[in-house]
Amino acid sequence: METLNSVSRRDFLRAGGAVVVSFSLGAAVPKWTAAQSAAPTADLGKPLDPNEVDSFLAIHADGSVTLYTSRVDVGTGLRTAMTQIAAEELGIPIERFTVIEGDTSLTPDHGGTGGSSGIPVGAKRVREAAATARQALLRIGAQQLQRPESELTVVDGYVQPVGTGLGVSFATLMNVKRLDIQIDSKAPQKDPAQYKVVGKPVLRPDVSGKATGRNVFMQDLVVPGMLHGRVIRPPSIGAKLVSVDESSIRKLPGVSVVRIENFLGVVSSDEWAAVRAARELKATWSEWQGLPGSDDLERHVRESAVDHDEVLVNKGDSAAAFSTASKQFSAMYSWPYQSHASLGPSCAVADVRSDGATIWTSSQGTYGLRNNLAKIFAMPAEKLRVIFLDGAGSYGGNGNDDAAADAFLLSRSMKRPVRLQWMRQDENGWDPKGPPQYLSLRGGLDAQGRIVSWETQMWLPKNIPGNRAFIGIDAAGISQDHGQGAGQMQMNGDPSYASPNTRVVVHYLADSALRISNLRAPGKIANVFATESFADEMATAAGTDAVEFRLRGLSDPRAIEVLKRAADMIGWQSRPSPNPQAAQGNMLIGRGVAYMRYKQQENYVAIAMEVAVDRASGQVQVQRVTCAHDCGLVVNPDGLRNQVEGCILQTLSRALHEEVKFDRSRVTSVDWATYPILRFPEVPQVEVELIDRPAIPPVGAGEAATAPVVAALANAIFDATGVRVRTVPFTPARVESALART
Amino acid sequence: MAKYSFRVNGRATTVESWDPGQPLLYVLRNSLGLHAAKFGCGLGQCGACSILIDGKVARSCMTSVQQASGRSITTLEGLGTPDKPDPIQAAFITEQAAQCGYCTNGMIMAAKSLLTETPHPTLENVKQALGGNLCRCGTHTRILSAVLTVAKA
Repeated sequence: METLNSVSRRDFLRAGGAVVVSFSLGAAVPKWTAAQSAAPTADLGKPLDPNEVDSFLAIHADGSVTLYTSRVDVGTGLRTAMTQIAAEELGIPIERFTVIEGDTSLTPDHGGTGGSSGIPVGAKRVREAAATARQALLRIGAQQLQRPESELTVVDGYVQPVGTGLGVSFATLMNVKRLDIQIDSKAPQKDPAQYKVVGKPVLRPDVSGKATGRNVFMQDLVVPGMLHGRVIRPPSIGAKLVSVDESSIRKLPGVSVVRIENFLGVVSSDEWAAVRAARELKATWSEWQGLPGSDDLERHVRESAVDHDEVLVNKGDSAAAFSTASKQFSAMYSWPYQSHASLGPSCAVADVRSDGATIWTSSQGTYGLRNNLAKIFAMPAEKLRVIFLDGAGSYGGNGNDDAAADAFLLSRSMKRPVRLQWMRQDENGWDPKGPPQYLSLRGGLDAQGRIVSWETQMWLPKNIPGNRAFIGIDAAGISQDHGQGAGQMQMNGDPSYASPNTRVVVHYLADSALRISNLRAPGKIANVFATESFADEMATAAGTDAVEFRLRGLSDPRAIEVLKRAADMIGWQSRPSPNPQAAQGNMLIGRGVAYMRYKQQENYVAIAMEVAVDRASGQVQVQRVTCAHDCGLVVNPDGLRNQVEGCILQTLSRALHEEVKFDRSRVTSVDWATYPILRFPEVPQVEVELIDRPAIPPVGAGEAATAPVVAALANAIFDATGVRVRTVPFTPARVESALART
Repeated sequence: MAKYSFRVNGRATTVESWDPGQPLLYVLRNSLGLHAAKFGCGLGQCGACSILIDGKVARSCMTSVQQASGRSITTLEGLGTPDKPDPIQAAFITEQAAQCGYCTNGMIMAAKSLLTETPHPTLENVKQALGGNLCRCGTHTRILSAVLTVAKA
């Protein structure tokens, strides 16, 4: 693999607990870190206005640069790609960069991490700041060199004449001052055809630390004098705490019990003592049975109250076209509650003092968390400092923000810094979940096999404005928002293919049985599972090859290219489904394909897949996956490839295994035995082809390739078996019973 | 408090613990400041806490400080450093076999144990050897590539 050199190192400057990621060990300490050890005040005098260049970029006297961003890297490689963009635009070698992320006292607030917006929105702003800085430095350089700007250029941190002649370094031009200028979004930006850093594979600076045990994760932070905390959740979600028998843990050393109404926690200077105390403390809770149970969730959801409907698409007359269609189709697809199920349980350290507080977290939105905590605890936001540290992958709103609130409660009670880590059952049992989805589709083909009618109805939890409520804060009886939302779940509900009569309606449900939040590619995976399975059902009924059927309905050349490439990569042979020669011993072999454009306006992705289904057990073995991916300009090809591969494998896990189960009182999927995920023996061969379009601004890539995965898998299962699976996950029991019904 | 002695990354080490059943994970992380082994589940289900005991991979969340007594423990920090990585660590860096990196410790320790016993495993051997280690980000194919790179060397 060709890579740019000297960016494979990571440097940890632990000043006041902040971790600074540097692209080379030689980088100077950014001047702001010196102030971080004096924590109590959140105001360090660092410019934070997201309209000012100095808020994002500091060019130091030694020629090094610090990039400040509120867009945190949750394992996706965002920090590397964003630095490539800044280095390219500023004209300073990437190895001179250091990145500080998600620190509310140091980084400007230009949004949190989510929705694949880190590159198209987050890095776009950084690029504008860098372009503005470069123009300003050219202007100052022109004065200093007494030559017109038009005769000057920027090379490796120097302003120098275009031909020959001496230049002057940025550091000299800056003269230890701030630029003190507003970001000009119209400042001339480099022509992508001239890019030297963007578009090249750059090693992520954090991987060497992660592979050698030197990376400082949130879970590894040690603050002087800190206690270890654990929370004790009730056995039933809505139970009240009746009594606590502290004598039950008397033999454990140095444990304190913290009880605030129904919030129950333990702390100790010894972590193992806290773990045992949480396990052994005798507490009596009231009974509660407010859940519908997951066994018959589909019926419960379909019968539960609809708050309101929203018509997303209404083109032509889908009902009339359906009634006169040559072939008519209808099908239901369902998707369960799923957990973020982060591999490391959520963790936070809070140091709450009378005059302010510092919170270390892996939250994807440190500003949002700060403002929410300030509101809950009635403190001025500027007295709170929230600092991001690397965490276990979060994939949206996992338990991290809840853990921060728990740590805050414990530290406030103990008047000491408290490190709070959830246990496995806390994470899988109590993280806010990705919501269940039900889709009812109806459509028709004309005599030539063209789509003439398409209707999608979906059932989704309604959005309620405000922050999501924290479990610990509710338990403690402190008032807070009770917002509800899980991202743009309604997108990609219409077909990817030309349909003259289309109607897409969302039925927003009044309630959700479990607390919900964004989970990677919210809604879109299930929606595309439905629409791309349904398209396949139509292709089969028309007796048309699945790729051919799709190509007939596409006109966008980028769409056509990804579809053809994914099919070519897997050696697609044109024929209708199901596979006439599926049987190979006990196994049934098939192939499937799916295509979509993410959010109907972002990435073009097509995925093809080969599966083998064990007809006796119903076990699905995915053998091979090919993916063609077009997100416009490719910033870091290796980082992008890593993301696309991860999207595919994580979504196979969600499709094959994942369903949060619960009874009338509690979530019962609480560990890796009751919430299994993909394991190595199941891992298929994965081939990814990236289509680079340097002239088209990049969109994000943390989610898009997830969306066609489940449809491609379901279509391959159909090709192999002749049986449609329309309910996720495709467990052996479910597939076996579907096969038995044929 | 009772004392327990063992070797950690080649160095003779004695620690105190009030509970003979205390998992070694907490001793490594909190008494010895070795943070590479991670708490993932505390149930032996995920592998994030993996270490080597006498060269063989073991779960530090399921090994008590008493059971560790007299044994030779190796953590990820003991395999190599960013400047002088073990060949497996180097392969993980070259292959960029991490996303969030929380599982990386367990992957490398399991691979080390495998390659010590079976220097030239097949792809299927590696998949089986890592079968008890969970990765949530979906970095599996890169992890397999990294281990096979070393296996073929």
